[in-house]
Amino acid sequence: MKLHHKLKTFKLGGVHPDDQKISAGVAITPLPLPKVVTIPVAQHIGAPAKIIVQRGDMVKTGQIIATHEGFVSSNIHASASGRIGVIEEVMDSSGFKHTAISIRVKGDDWYENIDLTETLVEEIKLDPKEIVARIMEAGVVGMGGAAFPSHVKLSVPEGKHVDHLLINGVECEPYLTADHRLMLERPKEIIVGIKILMKALGVEKAIIGIEDNKQDAIELFQQLLKNESGITVEALEVHYPQGGEKQLIQALLNREVPSGGLPADAGAIVHNVGTTYAIYQAVQKNKPLLERVVTVTGKSVKQPSNFLVRIGTPVIDLLIAAGGVPEDTGKIISGGPMMGKAIADLDVPVAKGTSGILLIPKDEASRAEVYNCLHCGKCIEACPMGLEPYHLLLMSKKGNSQRAKEEHILDCIECGSCSFVCPSNRPILDYIRLGKTQIRKQKKV
Amino acid sequence: MSAGLLTVSPSPHIHTELTVPQIMRGVIYGMVPALLFSIYNFGLGALYVTGLSVLFCVAIEYAIARYLLKRAASIYDGSAIITGILLAFNVPTNLPWHIILIGSAVAIGIGKMSFGGLGNNPFNPALVGRVFLLLSFPVQMTSWPVQGATFSLDAVTSATPLGILKDGIRAGTPVDKLLSEMPSYTDFFFGLQAGSLGEMSALALLLGLIYMLYRKIITWHVPVSMLFTIVVMTGIFWLIDPTRYASPLFHVLTGGVMLGAVFMATDYVTSPFTHRGMLIFGVGIGVLTVLIRLFGSYPEGVSFAILIMNAFVPMINKFAKEPRYGVVKEKVK
Repeated sequence: MKLHHKLKTFKLGGVHPDDQKISAGVAITPLPLPKVVTIPVAQHIGAPAKIIVQRGDMVKTGQIIATHEGFVSSNIHASASGRIGVIEEVMDSSGFKHTAISIRVKGDDWYENIDLTETLVEEIKLDPKEIVARIMEAGVVGMGGAAFPSHVKLSVPEGKHVDHLLINGVECEPYLTADHRLMLERPKEIIVGIKILMKALGVEKAIIGIEDNKQDAIELFQQLLKNESGITVEALEVHYPQGGEKQLIQALLNREVPSGGLPADAGAIVHNVGTTYAIYQAVQKNKPLLERVVTVTGKSVKQPSNFLVRIGTPVIDLLIAAGGVPEDTGKIISGGPMMGKAIADLDVPVAKGTSGILLIPKDEASRAEVYNCLHCGKCIEACPMGLEPYHLLLMSKKGNSQRAKEEHILDCIECGSCSFVCPSNRPILDYIRLGKTQIRKQKKV
Repeated sequence: MSAGLLTVSPSPHIHTELTVPQIMRGVIYGMVPALLFSIYNFGLGALYVTGLSVLFCVAIEYAIARYLLKRAASIYDGSAIITGILLAFNVPTNLPWHIILIGSAVAIGIGKMSFGGLGNNPFNPALVGRVFLLLSFPVQMTSWPVQGATFSLDAVTSATPLGILKDGIRAGTPVDKLLSEMPSYTDFFFGLQAGSLGEMSALALLLGLIYMLYRKIITWHVPVSMLFTIVVMTGIFWLIDPTRYASPLFHVLTGGVMLGAVFMATDYVTSPFTHRGMLIFGVGIGVLTVLIRLFGSYPEGVSFAILIMNAFVPMINKFAKEPRYGVVKEKVK
């Protein structure tokens, strides 16, 4: 890093948790197929997919087993071949029970017309409409964690002008390295994926944003993109939550998404590198989204790893492959430590949005003693949206949702920076979530 | 394989190292240079007064929490220790023990616990105690021992530079003549002047400030805006008439300005939330301090200035908001 060169970053707030990227040097290894895959039909934002198979049916890998219900929804594919088993509600990583289709795996017999070779296909034959249709068909959703259907993002509403495609290689969550490894191991495919997205959106410019703790990935892309026009790499300061869509737009373009608006209102569309890779596979290889890279990590984990995992694989299989569950494990998180969800059960299946499994030791698993608010203002300093978290907590606690709304509680991106910095360990984000829910409920009534 | 019982809680799952007890400890470490200097300067009297004040503050908070409010004692967070040290920093080292007890009782009892304890008090507790003592025991509170009188609790007393200045100007003596009879600015900077226990050495207080800034316990906004305002305002008057007004350097190095700027005005609970608010707060304290010093009847005005601005904090919080992402202008239309 050149010291005199000031790296770009977002302008408001943010925090600097210890990045703990202990699995960054570990290459991606494919995890063997499990005996049973359990595939939830609601892995994405939007309507759950509609099941089109029955118990006892034989399915092939890559075959659609549930179709999208409406536009904001996503297809679900069999991630292994075998016989459909029970279709019932199972606990997923959200902590709630959702319907899932189980497949008793019998080999890995792929569905027709899927290109399983490693050959890089650079020529993009499809036109923009066909690209979006193919992405929708392949069930691609945002793989950074939010799992928003990608074809919806690519359908820019009438009257909005998008001039930039931003590729999110930030991976600002501590511990996680899935995107980092993918960038190192599949950079050419990601670049083709970017070109596909640029064609679909009709934009001339794309920027890949990568935080400075991934120097190797930055240099690799700089080298590969030397002779490309339109696609650039931008090294960003390590600064959480830079991977947030709004923060990345501010960091790379110095534009703000208006409160309540969409990224397209700021002329940008953001896609994660993992999603971009899945889009390459969908469009060039006709391969649906049925596997992803998952980081398995934690301070006491024997072999921190990055696995290529079929969707529906139980978390326990990943943990065994990483050397077992350490004695001192107190909490298991699906995702990163800032925004991930604690899971209560090791049979929870890997979903399209599962970026990592993080094991937290017992002594760091529980929350510490809560003190009175000291008015230190650190939560305000940390909020990347410029909100006043302490104030939102008080209003939510009092049930004063009208005032909370006026104070832009709905702008909260739930990054957790306020709770992270609060010296009094106050449950700030918990109350803000409660306040947001109160407002959404009132809207429905 | 089983992982036993797992903890399940909403995100975030990690937390910063800096928690309330650590912040309180950090502030106490920040006060160590000033305390050490005071012991060097005034001898064991400084340690005696500080020790008593801390003891009284902690004991009173414990008693109020346990026996009056009937809840768990909150003394372990360290805030009562800080109030105790700060109260001691604001009084002469020859103060009798019963006055310290009264000051501690007012600071903790009225200044802090009557509002609900840590985090709820609108006014800086140590200053509430200090001003109460100043108004109730004006003689004892303004008889400062001569520095260097180590190991004696009944040393000869002398007036502070600010007191000499105020009386001198009232008597019509030109400022430069008054200053020539006082220690040099370098002596002021190192703390060789009369005054309250912890307020004399700008150097020791600056060390504390640097430490707290380094630990990210406080930000620069309040101390810098307050000192800057005092320098600018006293500078203007000094340039207009140097025979009637002392220089900005004199005003910054004497009295409680440094102590106020570093430890009193930066108190989290009684200062604004946002950086913008902190700047307004600092400027307000600076303006009030200068007005009281130059035109008020008291030679020193930092305590009153901070307490007055404490009262404005809720209003400042309401209006001094940080810019928001994606919100261009609030409530236009």
